[in-house]
Amino acid sequence: MSVPLIETRKATRILPGIVPVTLVADIDLLIHEKQFVAITGPSGSGKSSLLYLLDLLDVPTTGEVLIRGRDTSTLVDDERAEIRLATLGFIFQFHFLLPEFTTTQNVMLPMRALGKLTPRQMKERAEGLLSSLGLEDHLAKRPDQLSGGQRQRVAVARALANDPPVILADEPTGSLDSKSSEQVFQILRDLVDRDGRSVVAVTHAIDLAERMDRRVHLVDGRIVSDEMQASVALGEPA
Amino acid sequence: MNLVVDIAWTHIAARFRQTVVAVLGVAIGVGFSIMMAALMQGSQDDFVRTLVNAMPHVAINDERREAPRQPAEEAFDAAQIRGLTPATRRRGINNPIATIAALESWVPGSVTPSVQARGILRYGGKDVTSVIVGIDPAREPRVSQLVNHLRQGSLPALYRATNAIILGDRLAEKLGARLGSNISMSAGTGKVMTGQVVGIFRSGVRAVDEGTSYVLIKTAQILAEQTGLINEIRIRLNDPMSARAVADRIIADTGLKTISWQEANEDLMSAFVVRNVIMYTVVGAILLVASFGTYNIISTITFEKSRDIAIMKSLGLTQATVRRIFILEGLVIGLAGALAGSVLGFVLTQVMLSIEIRTGFTDATRLPLIVAPLHYVIAGGIALASSAIAGFFPARKAARVHPVEIIRGAT
Ligand SMILES: Nc1ncnc2c1ncn2[C@@H]1O[C@H](COP(=O)(O)OP(=O)(O)OP(=O)(O)O)[C@@H](O)[C@H]1O
Ligand SMILES: [Mg+2]
Repeated sequence: MSVPLIETRKATRILPGIVPVTLVADIDLLIHEKQFVAITGPSGSGKSSLLYLLDLLDVPTTGEVLIRGRDTSTLVDDERAEIRLATLGFIFQFHFLLPEFTTTQNVMLPMRALGKLTPRQMKERAEGLLSSLGLEDHLAKRPDQLSGGQRQRVAVARALANDPPVILADEPTGSLDSKSSEQVFQILRDLVDRDGRSVVAVTHAIDLAERMDRRVHLVDGRIVSDEMQASVALGEPA
Repeated sequence: MNLVVDIAWTHIAARFRQTVVAVLGVAIGVGFSIMMAALMQGSQDDFVRTLVNAMPHVAINDERREAPRQPAEEAFDAAQIRGLTPATRRRGINNPIATIAALESWVPGSVTPSVQARGILRYGGKDVTSVIVGIDPAREPRVSQLVNHLRQGSLPALYRATNAIILGDRLAEKLGARLGSNISMSAGTGKVMTGQVVGIFRSGVRAVDEGTSYVLIKTAQILAEQTGLINEIRIRLNDPMSARAVADRIIADTGLKTISWQEANEDLMSAFVVRNVIMYTVVGAILLVASFGTYNIISTITFEKSRDIAIMKSLGLTQATVRRIFILEGLVIGLAGALAGSVLGFVLTQVMLSIEIRTGFTDATRLPLIVAPLHYVIAGGIALASSAIAGFFPARKAARVHPVEIIRGAT
C-alpha cells in the first residue's frame, strides 16, 4: 500500500494545567488518498482537537503525526507552516476570512504566502476556483457582503488555493441552513470523486456522515470505531 | 504588491484617525526636536563666532608653560635643592622679528606682534587698572576686530598725538574720560606718562570693554622700560578651527607658550558639551514619548486583529511574515511622522527666525537659529528607530500567537 497522506501514531494531546485536560488520547489513524472521512462524536469528544493535530496547528504531547511518511514532531513552527501551506487545506466552522480583503484576495492569500505563482496566475487561479464554486458574481465583494453559505464556499476556495491533496474541515456546514449545507457537502464530495483529494470532515449531522466513505467515531478523546461505510465497503461506485 | 505591505496597509488604512494621531505625535516630537536643536546649535555657533572674533585665534607669549629649571638644578641633576633665588630672566619673546618672519612663512593667516603691560590709568583723580596693549595700527585690523569695534576715533589716530590711547567704552566711563581727555598711565615700573584719548571702542565682551586699552607698541615699550620688547604675538587664522593644530606646531617649533582660542575657553567648550548632552537627552525623551503613540496603535491593532493573525498563521504564514507586518506598520507611522515633523520643524524654525527681539538696551536682534540637515537626519532617524522598536514588541507578541488558542476561543 502507498504511503498514507496523514498518519498518527498513538497521538495524545494533553493541555497542561493544575488539572491537566486530555483533549485526545492514543489516536491511531491513517488517511489515504481519495478518501472522504467523517469524524463524529458528541460535543466535547475531541473532534476539533484531533483535526488541529492533523493540520499541524497543534502538536501532540506524546505520539507522532506523519505527513506523507515524514515525522513532524521535531519540526519548528515555520516548517510546519510550510507543510500546511502546500499540503493541507483547512476549513473552519466559521469562514474566518480576512474582512478587509475581497473574496479573490482572500483566496489568493495562501498562494502569495507560498509564492510559487506570478501575481497574474494567482489571480486567475483564485477567480477560477471561486467560479467553479458558483461565486463568479462575487469576486470583488468583501466577506461582509456575502451570505453565510457564500462565505463558506469562499473558505473552501481558499483551502484549495495551493492545490493541497488533503482538505480538513471542522463542521463546514455547521452554521449553514440545509440548502447551503447540501451545496457545500456536494462540493466536498466532488473534491474527492472528481479531483481525487482526501477530505476529513468533522460533522454532527448523521445523515451527512452516512454519505461519506468512512466514519471515525470519537468518545472522550478516543477512537471507539473506525469503519468504512456500507456503500464503499461493497465497492459501489460513488 | 507584497503580501506584508498589503496587509499592513489595510490595517493602517482602516484606522485612519488613530493613525493620523500617532503620526502627529511623532511629527510634533520630531518638529520640536528640530527647532530646539536649531536654537541650541544656533546660539552656540553665534556665541563661538563672537568669541572667535573677539580674541586672537592663537596667542603666543613669553611666559613658559612650566616653571623654568634653575641653573643649580641643571648642574646638579640628582639632588633636590631648596631655597634658591630664581635667576631674573629678561622679559619678552627672544628675537621677535625672526620669530614673526618664521611664523609668517607657514601660518595660514595673519601674524602681529604686540606688547602687553598691566598698568593703571588715572584721570581726574580716579585710578583704574587696565591691560595696556601696544599694537601696530597697520597690522592690527588683520588680526582683530578692533577697527570695527571703534565707536569714536580711529586706529591711525594713535600716530597723531604722543602717547595716544584708545579706551574700552566701559573703561572710559569708569574714568570719566572722553575723546580728547588727557589721562596718565603707569606700568609696574613706576614710569608715568600722559597721553590723549583718541578712540573709544566697544567689543561687546564686558571684561575687555572695561579693562583694555590700546597704545602704539613704542609707547608700551617705554612704559615697560624695555626697548624692543615684544611679549605677545597674536595670530588670526583663515580657519579658526585649525587653531589647536597651529598652536601645537608653534609649541613644537619654538617652545613658546602658545594658546589656541579653544584652550583659552576650555571651560566654555566643556559647558557646550554638557549643554549638548542635555539637549540630546531632552530630544531623545521627546521622541521616546512620541513613540508611545506608535506603540499604542500597533498594540491595539495586534489586539483587535488577533483573530486575523490566528487565521493567517493557520493558513501557513510564518512568524517572521506576521512580525514584519506590524513592524512595517510602526515604520510607516514613524516615516510619515519623520517627514511631517521635518516640515513642521522647518516651519517652526523659520517662524522663530522671523521674530525680532527688541529690548531697550541693544539693537533689535533675531534669534540665532541655524538650519542644519544633520538635525533633520538625527531627529528623523531616532523617530524611525523608536517607531520600529515600538512596532517590534507587539509584533513579536502577535507572531508568537498560537492560532489554536484563539480559534478554540472563537468557535
Ligand atoms: N483551552 C481549553 N481548556 C480546557 N479544556 C479545553 C480547552 N479546549 C478544549 N477543551 C476541552 O477539550 C475537550 C475537547 O474539545 P474539542 O473542541 O476538541 O471537542 P469537539 O469534539 O470539537 O466539541 P464540539 O463538537 O462542541 O466542537 C472538551 O471537553 C473541551 O471542553
Ligand atoms: Mg469542535
